[in-house]
Formats: sequence, structure tokens, C-alpha cells
Amino acid sequence: MTDKLLDLSGLTKAYPGVVANDDVSLRIAPGEVHALLGENGAGKSTLVKMIYGLVKPDAGQMQMRGENFAPTDPHAARQAGVGMVFQHFSLFDALSVAENIALGMENPPRMRELSQQIRDVSDTYGLPLAPDRIVGDLSAGERQRVEIIRCLLQDPKLLIMDEPTSVLTPQEVEILFKTLRKLSAEGTAILYISHKLEEIRSLCDSATILRLGKVVGHCTPRETSARDMAEMMVGSALKTPTRDSKEPGEVTLTLNKLSARSAHAFGMPLREISVEVRRGEVLGIGGVAGNGQDELLNALSGETLVGAGMIAFDGRDIGLLGPTARRALGVLTAPEERLGHAAVPDMSLTENAMLTGAAREGLERGGMLDWGKARSFAEKIIKTFDVRTPGPGNAARSLSGGNLQKFVIGREVLQRPELLVVNQPTWGVDASAAAAIRQALLDLASGGTAVIVISQDLDELMEISDNFAALNEGRLSSTRPAQGLTVEEIGLMMGGAHGMEVAHV
Amino acid sequence: MIRLEKRPQPSRALSLSTPIMAVLATFIFGGLLFAVLGKDPVEALQTIFWQPLFGEYAFYYRPQLLIKGAPLVLIAIGLSLGFKAGIWNIGAEGQYIMGAIFGAAVGLAFYPAEGWYIFPLMVLAGALGGWAWAMIPALLKVRFGTNEILVSLMLVYVAEQFLASMSLGLLKNPEGYGFPGSRNLQQYASAHNAELFAGSGMHWGVVAALIAVIFAYVLLTKHRLGFAIRVTGEAPRAARFSGVNPARLVLFCLGTSGLLAGLAGMFEVSGPSGQITIDFNVGYGFTAIIVAFLGRLHPIGILLAGGLMALTYIGGDIAQSNLGLPAAAIQVFQGMLLFFLLALDVFTHYRLRFGAAEAA
Repeated sequence: MTDKLLDLSGLTKAYPGVVANDDVSLRIAPGEVHALLGENGAGKSTLVKMIYGLVKPDAGQMQMRGENFAPTDPHAARQAGVGMVFQHFSLFDALSVAENIALGMENPPRMRELSQQIRDVSDTYGLPLAPDRIVGDLSAGERQRVEIIRCLLQDPKLLIMDEPTSVLTPQEVEILFKTLRKLSAEGTAILYISHKLEEIRSLCDSATILRLGKVVGHCTPRETSARDMAEMMVGSALKTPTRDSKEPGEVTLTLNKLSARSAHAFGMPLREISVEVRRGEVLGIGGVAGNGQDELLNALSGETLVGAGMIAFDGRDIGLLGPTARRALGVLTAPEERLGHAAVPDMSLTENAMLTGAAREGLERGGMLDWGKARSFAEKIIKTFDVRTPGPGNAARSLSGGNLQKFVIGREVLQRPELLVVNQPTWGVDASAAAAIRQALLDLASGGTAVIVISQDLDELMEISDNFAALNEGRLSSTRPAQGLTVEEIGLMMGGAHGMEVAHV
Repeated sequence: MIRLEKRPQPSRALSLSTPIMAVLATFIFGGLLFAVLGKDPVEALQTIFWQPLFGEYAFYYRPQLLIKGAPLVLIAIGLSLGFKAGIWNIGAEGQYIMGAIFGAAVGLAFYPAEGWYIFPLMVLAGALGGWAWAMIPALLKVRFGTNEILVSLMLVYVAEQFLASMSLGLLKNPEGYGFPGSRNLQQYASAHNAELFAGSGMHWGVVAALIAVIFAYVLLTKHRLGFAIRVTGEAPRAARFSGVNPARLVLFCLGTSGLLAGLAGMFEVSGPSGQITIDFNVGYGFTAIIVAFLGRLHPIGILLAGGLMALTYIGGDIAQSNLGLPAAAIQVFQGMLLFFLLALDVFTHYRLRFGAAEAA
């Protein structure tokens, strides 16, 4: 058959203790945009790593344009016409765009020729990018374009994209999709990995759904509802988080021109953020990664101390109080990075419960720690939040991402916060665990706690927020009621397309 | 192909058994080394490990074990607190010297008055001297972000020069016929850190070392500060998040280790050594780094490691004089011990896998 570019049959890959891919078969035609759907840990990454030559299958066959295809390394895969854009970029901040692209090539042409090639490709596909700009100065969307152009220069037959939109504003997503559609029209097949179902419905021609390493279904996304696809992914009916509607209470947190420098060299400083949060309100803060999310959380948790008068909590100036003093007042936080920030990887869950629970849960008295109580607290978190682990004596590192996230969120929720700030509460968490976490946040708000959810998942924010604001370049947009906001409005609040244009197709 | 695979959790059984395995491996390879040198390996090992404890002259060597072990344990306990938190005091030798000079100076200032209060004042002065010397790298690190490894190490050489200046100048014995060195504190009853029981080797430094072990154990297992130290060492960002003030922790860890090293120096100069001389320091401050790691930064482990280290020193001396083993061979033997310990340590966090390598 000629309409077959890539044909996978019976691919199996087992790791100690887990079968990552079990008898997976998949066909992609030239020019087809094929979605690979599945929850975290369903085996999507393993599958594309096998196609890209990073992992060798235990069993099964791959055929590329009718010929046997068994790449031993990414170099061989690129030779065969496979390009891949990873979720995490591998770029050097201190080098220019052209230099970064040259580094990834086997025989880079002269810098001047390369720059010309980069300009040609970027014009053709509507991906404006100046070859001489330093990567450290680029936005996430622009960095992604460097990776895409790097792939396109090799004229791939198959382009693999791993979660490409998680770092983009809605407008940038639209530009990316125009580019992908143009590539597809020219005959390049695209294997598109995502768990954002609406995107897949608007972009992809067909979809393969993986669950626990097995193919559990195929569908045509345009004709299948997002809910049906989600239920195929999860394997069970989904429960939508709900809350009792309630009038918000009085203002509890006031940020007044909050400015703070970032702790990192390439971090984003916070610039004059002003906002008010009421008791019982869920404020959703959106924005593309790297626009000040971490810095905002650190400023609110007390890890970064800010000037006097910038943060008021119940009328008290808390800008100069450290994390312990803020916890005592009921200001609790859950950072994005689970391992190494929210939790200590090599310490047990009991010790991790002690990490933030010491004061509010009465786990210490006069500096002496009560490990028996800490253990009961850890057990309570595990039980209440359905954390899957043999027991509180296990190291945080041994838990899966979703389970550890439930533990981290549960640890703060169970301490009865007055204000809870969470960053990316459901990042890398499977759909059912994510629903449980969102429900817990909503329950907290119903009980009169002010909740700030910082997230890059707009669907999540729209689902649970009362009010919405967006971070862009360290500035916070004005707050708007979440109900009735359109995707375009949200995109503009997030900074629009960061000066980009839609491809002229 | 052999490769290492990270364990989901560090193995507890291995963590406890690696020191014993390391000692056994040292026996085997040390024995081989001695055999190659033409000595009977069994006799050599017996001389090093058996003679000091249970041999004919054990009554002489056993007190020596306490005298050598106490300063090692005292210093290593202090160092281990910082090491656990990723704060590297390499200059305990200098803090040990400063503690000795401060302690001796206070004692000599009272000479020849007698009084019960003189020795306690010397203890305080010794602690203060070591603490103050350690606060130099601590404050520089907190204020200017200097590297505490370099600053504390460099200050060892400053302290050594200071020691030489003191033995030749200010603290020189006026009745010493011009020889460098202070008065002998062993001959000054109020300042003498005498044996608590005659012939036991048990002096106040040994008591202080035992108290330090208990203090460190309670601190690390039961106290918030010890928890802060452990969290900082494992995950500095998580420590900040939990409310640890990194600057205060640096001051505490460096200060405490300096204080304990200063105490060790003070107990040494007022007891076994007796006087401030140019060559007063014999490297306890550096050996204590090995002791701290050999004891896997655990207070009880450090107690055992300090004893073991003292044993190899004393046994090594006996082997040198009785069997004619070269001093270098003894040092290699001691080095082996550390090498095997660190090498086997890898297996508490990783397991060995046989099979084809694979890109993940």
C-alpha cells in the first residue's frame, strides 16, 4: 500500500515491574495528523521514543514506507525522516538561534548559509524567528519554534510533537496549528501527543488511545466528543468537580504593587502586582510558563521576602514574614515542583508531613518533634486523599507523580488554611486524581478559604475559578469573572501572541 | 555489561552492613598488602587490631585509645552536623588550634593562682576560641557568599602561624631556658585536665565527646534544628519552603563544629599534650573528616569510627615498631578502609544490574 508511511505492529517494551507498551500497533499515512492520547504513564512517551530510536523494543516490528525500520539511535531515525520536538527544550540559553540549530546538525553549513535557511523555513511556515537572537531572550513559544525549525531543516516525513501546546498562549497555539496544517497539506505526517482533547479535536485526523500500555481504541476526533475520549483514556466515567455556589466573604489577601526579583538568572521578576482575594473565592491565575508563576508562589509562601506594604493578609503586613510565620497565620502554599521543593525525595512521607505540618498540626513542642503524631498526620493524608503507597514510611521518591501530588495538596488542605496558594496542582496527574484534587480545592473554598490556583491548564482554571487573571512578563492582568470569558479574551490577557503573526497560508 | 540502577529507596540493611563489609575487605586487601611486603598477614592484622585491646601491654594501650579517640569523635560530631546540611567546614584543625591557644592562655593568665574556677573558665575560652575562628568563614559566607571550604581551610594555616608565634612569644615559658613552648599545664593543678580515674585515659575530653554524641543524636532525631539540617542537605529548596533560614543554619553548623573542635584542642593542651608548642597539632582536625564519613555522619557511627581510627593509629604504631612495617603501609591500610567504605556506599543507593545497556 502506498498510503502508509509508518506501520507499527505488536510493539512491546517492558521495564522492570511495568509493561510500558504491550502489543501496540499503529498506522500513519503521509500527511496524516495522528493523535496519541493517554494519561500519564499510559505509554505514549515510550512509544515515540521507540520510533525516534531512543528505546529499543523488546518485540514487534516497525516499517517505514514499506521497509523495515529499526533505528538504533536518534541519528538513524532522523536519517529515515523522523523529526521530534520534545516537551522540554534542549537549547543553550547563552547561544544564538543559529548556533543552537548548528549544534544539533551532523554537518552544519556555514553560519551565513544556515541563517538564510532558517529565514527561508521560518517564512515558508509562518514561524518568524531571527537567527541571530540569543535563545535566553526568547519566549517559550519562540524557543519551541527553534526546535520545530531545527526539525524542518531536515525535511522530515514524520514529525513527532510531544505536548507542544503546554507552553503556548491560545493565540500561539493557533499559529502552531496553522503551521502544522500546512506541513500536513504538503505530505508530512504528524504524530501529535497531547491530553488536551479540544486541541486534538480541532487538529487531528485520527487518534489512537493508549491505556496502561495497551491500545484501547481508535477514533476520529472530529466526530467524537471530548468527554467520550476522556473516558476512553481513563477507562471509567469521569466526575466533574462541583461546588455549592456561595457569596464570597470579605477581602483577606491584598497584594499592593508587589515587586520581587527572581532567585534565578533567567527567572522573571514580579512587576507591580496588585490584586485582592476574598474568603471563599477561587482566583485562577493563568499564563505561559516562565512568566513569574514560581516567583509569585515564592513571594506568597515567604521563601522570597518582599518589601513592607506589598502583601497584606487580614490587614496585617506579612511581606517580611518567613514561611513559618505565614503558616502560623494560615497562609499555606503548594509549589509546582514536587520533588525537591514541595517534598524531600529521599525522606519518608512521615518526614515530609513534618516538613510543613510541624506548627499547625502540633507536631512539635518547644522545638522537639513528635514523630508519632507526624506519622498519624501522614496516615491521615494518605487515607483522606487516597494516596497509593504501602505506608507513611516510604520515601517520597517512590511514589508516582500523581500520588505524590495528592499527598502534597492533601498535606496543605488538611491543615485548614485561611489562604491556600497552589501552583500547577494537577500537572502530570491522571484525570481521576486531578478531579479529586480540584474537588478538594473547591470544598476548601466552600468552607471559606481563599484559594489561588496558578496553572497553565486553562480548562482547569475555567472549571474551578470564580475569577481569572493572567501573568505575563511578571505582570498580572486585571481580574475578570471567569464565567463567560472567551478563549480569545484569555489569550489577550496572557499577552496575546507575543508579537507573532499567523502564518500566511 | 554491568550497570548501576538507582534503588527506589536507599537500602537500610546495606546502609548498616557496609561499614562491616568495608572492614572485612580492608582485612583481606590489607592482609595481601602485608603479605607482599613479606610479613605474616595474620600476625600483622592481629598486631594492629588485637594487641592494643587484649595484648600483653593492653593496660598501656587502652587508655591511649580514649586519648586518641576523644578529640576525633568530638570534632567529627561537630563536622557531621554541617556535612549533613551541605556546609563544609574543612578547617577544624585551625579551630582546634585556636581552642587550645585560648584555653591555655586563660589558664596561664591565672598562673600560679589556684582555684576551682580556673578549669571551667579555660573550657569556656577554648570553646569560644574554636567558635570564633569558625565564625570567620561563616560570616563571610553569609554576608559575601564566599566558599566556606576555601576560607576555613586557609584559616588552618593562619592558625598554625599564630600557634608558632604564641609558642615563641606571648605564651612562651619564661622558665623554659629559651626553648619554644608554654609552661606545662600538667604541672599546674588548677589548669590540668587530669585523668578522672588514674590509668584509665578517661579525661574531661572523653566525657565531652560522649556528651556530644548524645547531644547530636537527640538533635538530629528529635529536634527541629536537626530536622532542618537533614532537609537542607537533602533538598535545599524544600528546606527554604519549610521555613529554614539558610544563613542561620550556616552560622549554627559552622559555629557548633568550631566550638567542639575548640573544646577538643583545649582538652588536649591541658591534658595529654600539656603545653602549647609549635607542633602541637597532629592532624586530628583533618582525620576527623574521615571519621565523620566513616561513621556515615551518624553520631553512634562516629563514636565507633573514632574508636576504629584510634585503633588503627595505635595498632599501626605497634606494627611499625614490632614488625618493622613501613609507616606508608599503615597509611595505605587506613586509606583502604575509607576507600572500601565509600565504594560500598554506592550500593546502598544503587543496585548492580547485569545485562545489556539501554537508553532510557
